[in-house]
Amino acid sequence: MRKLICILALLLPGFAFAAGGNVHLDKANYDLSDKASLQRGAKIFMNYCLGCHGQQYQRYQRTFNDLGIPEDLAQENLQFTGEKISDYITRSMPAESAAVWFGAAPPDLTLVARVRGADWIYTYLRSFYVDESRPFGVNNTVFPEVGMPHVLQPLQGTPRMTEEEALVDGEKVMRHVGIKTDGDGSMTTSEYDQAVLDLVNYLEYTGEPFRLESESIGKWVLVFILVLFVFVYLLKKEYWRDVH
Amino acid sequence: MQAFLAWIEARIPMMRVANMHAIQYPAPKNMNFWYVFGFLATVVLVNQIVTGIWLTMNFNPTSEGAFASVEYIMREIDYGWIIRYMHSTGASAFFIVVYLHMFRGMIYGSYQKPRELLWIFGMLIYLALMAEAFMGYVLPWGQMSYWGAQVIVSLFSAIPVIGPDLVQWIQGDYVISGATLNRFFALHVIALPLVIVILVFLHIIALHEVGSNNPDGVAIKHKKGSLSEDEKTKFEIHEYYTSKYDIADDVLPFFPHIVLKDLVAFCIFLAGFTYIMFFAPEMGGKFLEHPNFEIANPLKTPEHIFPVWYFTPFYAILKAVPDKLFGVIAMFGAIIFLFLLPWFDRGTVKSWRYRSGLHKTNLIVFAIVFIFLGYLGGTPQENWKITASQILTVMYFGFFILLFIYSKNETTKPVPARIPK
Repeated sequence: MRKLICILALLLPGFAFAAGGNVHLDKANYDLSDKASLQRGAKIFMNYCLGCHGQQYQRYQRTFNDLGIPEDLAQENLQFTGEKISDYITRSMPAESAAVWFGAAPPDLTLVARVRGADWIYTYLRSFYVDESRPFGVNNTVFPEVGMPHVLQPLQGTPRMTEEEALVDGEKVMRHVGIKTDGDGSMTTSEYDQAVLDLVNYLEYTGEPFRLESESIGKWVLVFILVLFVFVYLLKKEYWRDVH
Repeated sequence: MQAFLAWIEARIPMMRVANMHAIQYPAPKNMNFWYVFGFLATVVLVNQIVTGIWLTMNFNPTSEGAFASVEYIMREIDYGWIIRYMHSTGASAFFIVVYLHMFRGMIYGSYQKPRELLWIFGMLIYLALMAEAFMGYVLPWGQMSYWGAQVIVSLFSAIPVIGPDLVQWIQGDYVISGATLNRFFALHVIALPLVIVILVFLHIIALHEVGSNNPDGVAIKHKKGSLSEDEKTKFEIHEYYTSKYDIADDVLPFFPHIVLKDLVAFCIFLAGFTYIMFFAPEMGGKFLEHPNFEIANPLKTPEHIFPVWYFTPFYAILKAVPDKLFGVIAMFGAIIFLFLLPWFDRGTVKSWRYRSGLHKTNLIVFAIVFIFLGYLGGTPQENWKITASQILTVMYFGFFILLFIYSKNETTKPVPARIPK
């Protein structure tokens, strides 16, 4: 009996984390309580992403309120298409045209962090490199043959794949080492990493806008259950005192 | 008040039924923690029904609106996300408690004579629950909803002759579509919950007729007149039981003793449940799979298609067999064998406490095989996994075959006449 439980306890954690990808992903240390980071992320999203990608399940107003951006300021600086503040964050590009231009309609990004995971997005947006054979002149190591242009290139600069020669099974091959920019972007590498992290933080927020609320309610729920447990346990002990 | 209650009681036997089936029901006093999962399953059932009603109020069962309406519930209904996570976490919790409940029945021989029908009702609940969970998972209309439904429904096409027509009949269309979603909604919110509630009712009535088993597998009901007054229980037990049997001093009334014990377990369960609900509702992609946050797209097959974790042991058995028809037969066979457990076990000693080491090993190996099959069916396909799931499939069925062989002449320890102090 006890042995069985031990065996089960040992086995279970292995199952939960058994799934994995093939590409190494960098860890995105996002922080949902960092309002400044979320605001910077929202700014990047509205300026660089929203042209093609919508967030059709999320409203502007809720986003601005949750992120602590005053509504009048937000409407002036973050809303570009004349929508009402109570509208959903939808893109203006028609899906049919988008499909023609890019080969596939750009996906909605409300829930992208829940589909792909923060680490994936963080690594993906830092893994574009120049590849003249592609329609938009860039490719991506995380998402090969991606149909998306490198929209953040003005920030990052022109990213180039660095390679080194290596011996694999007695053959000389070019091995991917990393990505280096020409330095022509408006940001340094660490500034760019931070900007992407802010964006990831923002996408993580829109994926589950009630995450922080959930955790703060959850704490009190657990405290309540603990108190309830103590009383129920004592009551049970009292009634069972004479049994046996 | 008393007069009012008497007036009611004269017209409908409220108190009589409450006393007979709850308050004065005799439960063995040695029931351990394994005996709380039936109660917990009932709690989860109530949770699913109540949260389900509230979800229904804003859910839109069409292929155009389903996904968006779930996000609407999550984002714009006040605390809608709590209702939704209670329901989604509840689905997985249901299977956790049901699997533990079933394993309890296996280790203590609760399926043996005279509890065969009780076991069958339980298995029917399990079967209805699987259908209920499967259809419920289709409703949010995410990628896994769609492609999971595609895989499961297409299993029926393996049936000779009628297969393809049957699939079309189930889908209500040539492919999985809004018509499928709409009918699954009807079945998920009305038909199957009704079936489950009725089966649970029958399960409990059957249980109370034969009485609860216990970790020692010792009878608490004895032939009328066989026990002295000293040996009889001092607790007030309903005359429905005492008029037919002598109830030994080994029992406790269901209320308050057992209820209080169940409530202690309930608190512990609730702590785990709410922890997952508030802090990790996706449970690492096991309770809510990541691709299901993307709307269903019939033109885009996900990289890997898995059913939710509670189906994966059977999915692994399905995939272990190269031929589709035989795979389907093996998968359903795995469930049918569980149904027939009372007849595979030819022994008369119930609890594994008094049975052979071989039996204990067989049970533990079976549990490990089941979990490993679940792992294999829920992770991306690799070559070694096919071989592994074939071996484990054989071991799964081997459990029943071995049980049938050794249980006839098993070396068992003597079973005490009364529950040991």
